[in-house]
Amino acid sequence: MTAAPRTGRAPRTGRSLQAGAGWASWRAVGLVAGALVMLFPLYWMVVTAFSDQGALTSGPLRFFPENPTLDGFRRAFTLLPFGQFFLNSAAIALVAMALSVTLNLLAGYVLAKYRFRGQQVVFIMIVSTLMIPVQVVMVPQFQLVAGLGWINSYWAVIIPRAAEAFGIFLCRQFMLGIPDEVLEAARLDGAGHLRIFWSVVLPMSKPLIAVLVILTFMYRWNEFAWPLIVLNDQQLFTVPIGLSFLQGEYGTDYPALMGMALLSTLPVLVVFALFQRQFVEGVARSGLR
Amino acid sequence: MTTAAPAAVTAPVPRPDPPRRRRVSRDSLAAWGLLSPNLLVFGVFLFLPLLATVWLSFYSSSGFGPREFVGADNYTELFGDSTFWRATANTGLYALLTVPVSLVIGLGIALAMNKPLRGRGVLRAIYYVPYVISGVVIAVAGRWIFNENVGVINRLLRSAGLDGVPWQSDAVGAMGSLVLISIWTKIGFVMVVYLAGLQSIPKEYLEAAQTDGAGRWQRLRYVVVPLLKPTTIFLVVLGVIESFQVFDIVYVLTGGGPGNATEMLVTYAYAEGFDARRQGYAATIGVVTYLFIAVLTALWYRRQRAQEADL
Repeated sequence: MTAAPRTGRAPRTGRSLQAGAGWASWRAVGLVAGALVMLFPLYWMVVTAFSDQGALTSGPLRFFPENPTLDGFRRAFTLLPFGQFFLNSAAIALVAMALSVTLNLLAGYVLAKYRFRGQQVVFIMIVSTLMIPVQVVMVPQFQLVAGLGWINSYWAVIIPRAAEAFGIFLCRQFMLGIPDEVLEAARLDGAGHLRIFWSVVLPMSKPLIAVLVILTFMYRWNEFAWPLIVLNDQQLFTVPIGLSFLQGEYGTDYPALMGMALLSTLPVLVVFALFQRQFVEGVARSGLR
Repeated sequence: MTTAAPAAVTAPVPRPDPPRRRRVSRDSLAAWGLLSPNLLVFGVFLFLPLLATVWLSFYSSSGFGPREFVGADNYTELFGDSTFWRATANTGLYALLTVPVSLVIGLGIALAMNKPLRGRGVLRAIYYVPYVISGVVIAVAGRWIFNENVGVINRLLRSAGLDGVPWQSDAVGAMGSLVLISIWTKIGFVMVVYLAGLQSIPKEYLEAAQTDGAGRWQRLRYVVVPLLKPTTIFLVVLGVIESFQVFDIVYVLTGGGPGNATEMLVTYAYAEGFDARRQGYAATIGVVTYLFIAVLTALWYRRQRAQEADL
């Protein structure tokens, strides 16, 4: 941008700017076309949810519901107790989120700001848990949780997933950026370990906490395999389990299925819309370094 | 402890060693203390079950009644089990199809998105949205959209005078729908990570290449892609690990069918452990799946390390 080192540069830049104009419009057209393809499944879900069941599978293909109706949504709530499922999901997601975020922050802080023997080993072990699919350990995990008497309780869903490598990794990367001098100053003022964590580290980690809250809420709200295993009582089902049952038992009631699928996505979409920037930044940050 | 205390108070800058060592030991106590809730949960609910999975893989157990030690029988059975090999091949195929395609498309979108553009925030959000939607919702919607008879895709194909694709009754079609849906969910994540990677490339590099007469494609090929390599490595490793863990979408979309055309290692383990109630055998599938993931990740890292050493 500053002084051009070569004289031949100016005209070349000019030419590429001209070529750039054509390129830019192609770029915009391509991006918009791609976005329409990405949006179409969601649009089709909306159309289906507000359509009349009969009109969907017979007659001409319509890209707008002829007589928009809420019957699909109503049927979903009468076929299965989805109101209860939403309460269950909310309770589990919120408690699990609070617990996970606290544990993530603690571990991230220690791994970023303390020096102790075995630190590297602990960090590698934690990150290596990302490679373990739920289904690999689920049989003994299920037996363990059953032995604790937690089957058909929220704790069975919440506690085994309370420590979570991705969040810890995110916290560590973020907290490496907190200057040691600040912590040292607090230490010299006589602050203890928890005190420093609470009144120095946490206030400096607000963007991190926002990201963790959003991502953890999303993971826990969307979680399926493990709750499916440990929750057998229909009264305790989470929304994804309910949705999979609705699919299994009323698989051709497309308006009800799509209506409930959309409703169950709403909380995550609202959170995403509100915190899009932090959301994207958090994911990006985890991918860097 | 008490004898070291005066040293900690009096020791000024020139003699930092003794007080630091003392503080380190007290610090490490605090470190382990602060880590303990995490270590407890990881230890009890992950590492213990992981060991128990290995142990259980040498037993026959239904979950009820006594379990019986069977030695390596589960492993012998596994290596002769055609469903297991089919699940392995399906999982590999799924990774081979979804990871490169989502990386190329995601990079393309990131490149197009990396310059000022009106509505960029909205576009980025649209591409990213599928990533935040649950696998169950995606699969339920997928069953409807890819429905062979009444789904919108086949109805569109038919109204264009083409034949509908047998997305549900045919092995290739079912895998195809699974792969297409998975790519749809992954693109946004790849795009966001690549965008962050692109923003870390110094503008001077691109300007210098342009000054030297490098065209758009050459700059991409010789400057951008090599500089994005760490990002690509990260995305490939994560993509492969995710591929070995894909459960929700498969379970609801195809249930592993038709036949076992879309059976994955983890869906097979689930079916054996909780439907067929052959817990020892399910544990065996789990052990082998875990080894696959660990070996693949290690190999990939070693290859990258070797390539970096060559440079």
